[in-house]
Amino acid sequence: MRSAQHNSGMHVVVCVKQIPDPAEPGSLDPATKTLKRSGNIILDESDSYGVEMALQLVTSAGGGTVSLVSMAPGGETKGLRTALAMGASDAILVSDPVLNGTDALGTAKVLAAAIARKSPDLVLTATESSDGYTGTVPSQIAELLGLPSVTFARSIEINGQSVNVRRQTESGYDEVTCPLPAVVSVTAGVVEPRYPSFKGIMAAKSKPVEALTVADLGLSADEVGWAGGGQEIVEIAASEAREAGRVVEDEGEGYAEIVNFLENLKVI
Amino acid sequence: MALDNVWVFAEAADGRVKTITLEMLAKAREIADEVSCFYAGAGDDVAETLGEHGASTVFATGDLDDALLGPPVAAAIAAKIAADGAPDLIMFGTTYDGRDVAGRLSAKLGAPVITNVADLIVNGEDVAGVEPVFGGSTNVTTRFKGEAVKIVLVRPKSFAAESAGGSVADVEDLDVPEVGNTGTAKVTARFMEETSGPKLEEAAIVVSGGRGLGEAAKYAMVEQLAKLLKAAPGASRAIVDAGWVPYSYQVGQTGKVVKPTVYLACGISGATQHMVGMKGAKYIIAINKDKEAPIFSIADLGIVGDVHKVMPKLIEALQGR
Ligand SMILES: Cc1cc2nc3c(=O)[nH]c(=O)nc-3n(C[C@H](O)[C@H](O)[C@H](O)COP(=O)(O)OP(=O)(O)OC[C@H]3O[C@@H](n4cnc5c(N)ncnc54)[C@H](O)[C@@H]3O)c2cc1C
Ligand SMILES: Nc1ncnc2c1ncn2[C@@H]1O[C@H](COP(=O)(O)O)[C@@H](O)[C@H]1O
Repeated sequence: MRSAQHNSGMHVVVCVKQIPDPAEPGSLDPATKTLKRSGNIILDESDSYGVEMALQLVTSAGGGTVSLVSMAPGGETKGLRTALAMGASDAILVSDPVLNGTDALGTAKVLAAAIARKSPDLVLTATESSDGYTGTVPSQIAELLGLPSVTFARSIEINGQSVNVRRQTESGYDEVTCPLPAVVSVTAGVVEPRYPSFKGIMAAKSKPVEALTVADLGLSADEVGWAGGGQEIVEIAASEAREAGRVVEDEGEGYAEIVNFLENLKVI
Repeated sequence: MALDNVWVFAEAADGRVKTITLEMLAKAREIADEVSCFYAGAGDDVAETLGEHGASTVFATGDLDDALLGPPVAAAIAAKIAADGAPDLIMFGTTYDGRDVAGRLSAKLGAPVITNVADLIVNGEDVAGVEPVFGGSTNVTTRFKGEAVKIVLVRPKSFAAESAGGSVADVEDLDVPEVGNTGTAKVTARFMEETSGPKLEEAAIVVSGGRGLGEAAKYAMVEQLAKLLKAAPGASRAIVDAGWVPYSYQVGQTGKVVKPTVYLACGISGATQHMVGMKGAKYIIAINKDKEAPIFSIADLGIVGDVHKVMPKLIEALQGR
């Protein structure tokens, strides 16, 4: 996939999801059974780490570009502008009414087709999105593009034609190496995403965002959306609520309440 | 009204089959007549435990040479399906490798994955997964449609692991197809990070600390309390991100799911992503200075107070026993 069209530097594509602000209480639309997308749309915080990581990698490589790829309804670019203001160069936005109801595999098909147009050296994603958190999109993209992948990266270092990744594990971490191009998913919190500067915000307004449809990507409408998905939501129900118990103001004896509670349970 | 045949992706660490695998086997044998496992390694190492928990056969790839598991295991499963047909359902645990293999397999087969599954509903041939959202306050049930292979990713602690008293599973060695470029990611070194006390996922009591502790050094109070209670120390993501404790301490959506008898949350607000990882505790105790903190809505005992006052006294009282 590494192509001659790039003459210098490191070319990274970052997949960024634009989501309803998780700080606002979420709800599901009972009619379409999808997350309501009213309210403020933002760059998924999980993806801000990938954007930061990509910008740092390009800097250490001595040059290159960071391109963004996003799939979102309604021509949404708010989250993209945030990432462009951080320093990304350009973006592809795939927005198309036929994408309503697209599942993780359909999303991966769309993203893979968009990424392929950029012929990057490296593709970054988050390990999981804040609103969907399927965590499967990164390896689905890699399989569709025929690329190796490393998930749960804590740190990434480019070493000539390969990438060295510190991969989070249950009990610590593994050092993993893999040839480029590759897909790497970045764990949240591993770098400090920069705040866009005023200059960055102004510059972002004129950076190119290429708007594409499913047909532009050479995909057919029945591979995506409600039709293409292999699953459907059949029920949304409140789960058994946990009742709040006793709440006590500490006036110096709060600790004794805890001791009593544990004694009654016979765990001490 | 059971399925004929379910496959479970089995994982082991340090020579022991992982609890998540045994949890899935308990559910698998409840919903299917026949249960088989896939294992990335030598089948003989796990055949006894997997058999005891209800697997009749272990399909084993043998040693994979430090490759990340996604591509070779997905290719081996796809080849098995091409040769002998697909099962009614394939179950993976929501683990580092489980997600990788499930994602690769899904793309290979054009098959959907239902993720974050906390329960499975089987109705004839029909399979649906139940996913808790919004911190577990709402359950979303998603059903497979169409003819594709059905893949689910199951959250830890969703089912209770229990021996079925089965005999050693048969081992069938699989050929792993050549995966070419996709399989070129290799592990060159493995590092363990130390944790103190019992394992988070297995401890009867968990004491967790959050940003309300104020500074990294104050996490020592959590550790001290954990030691006195023979508990495992845990953490919210806020203090993992801040670098106070390693990621392996994190409880929640992107961390560990715990289901202890008692969960003691110290200076934790109770964000939905935290609650989804500890809501299954039998009893929850919370110390928080803000009486409006969401954690109090699920706590059996809530102490509205300052962790710097309550915790030292609690430690002292327990030391005196
Ligand atoms: C995709 C995604 C995944 C996430 N996954 C996880 C996850 O797995 N686990 C997780 O924990 N979080 C997760 N989060 C983060 C989560 O949303 C919260 O930000 C986090 O849990 C907050 O941690 P906290 O409660 O320690 O901090 P805060 O929310 O800042 O709460 C601190 C609390 O301490 C109290 N406090 C302050 N001082 C004192 C004092 N002196 N005495 C007593 N109380 C005091 C405050 O009243 C407050 O309630 C995730 C977020 C996203 C977007
Ligand atoms: N609609 C989307 N647009 C851009 N990137 C996405 C989209 N959906 C998922 N991704 C990427 O894939 C990662 C994992 O998503 P998920 O599998 O949904 O948890 C996200 O954090 C993004 O980096």
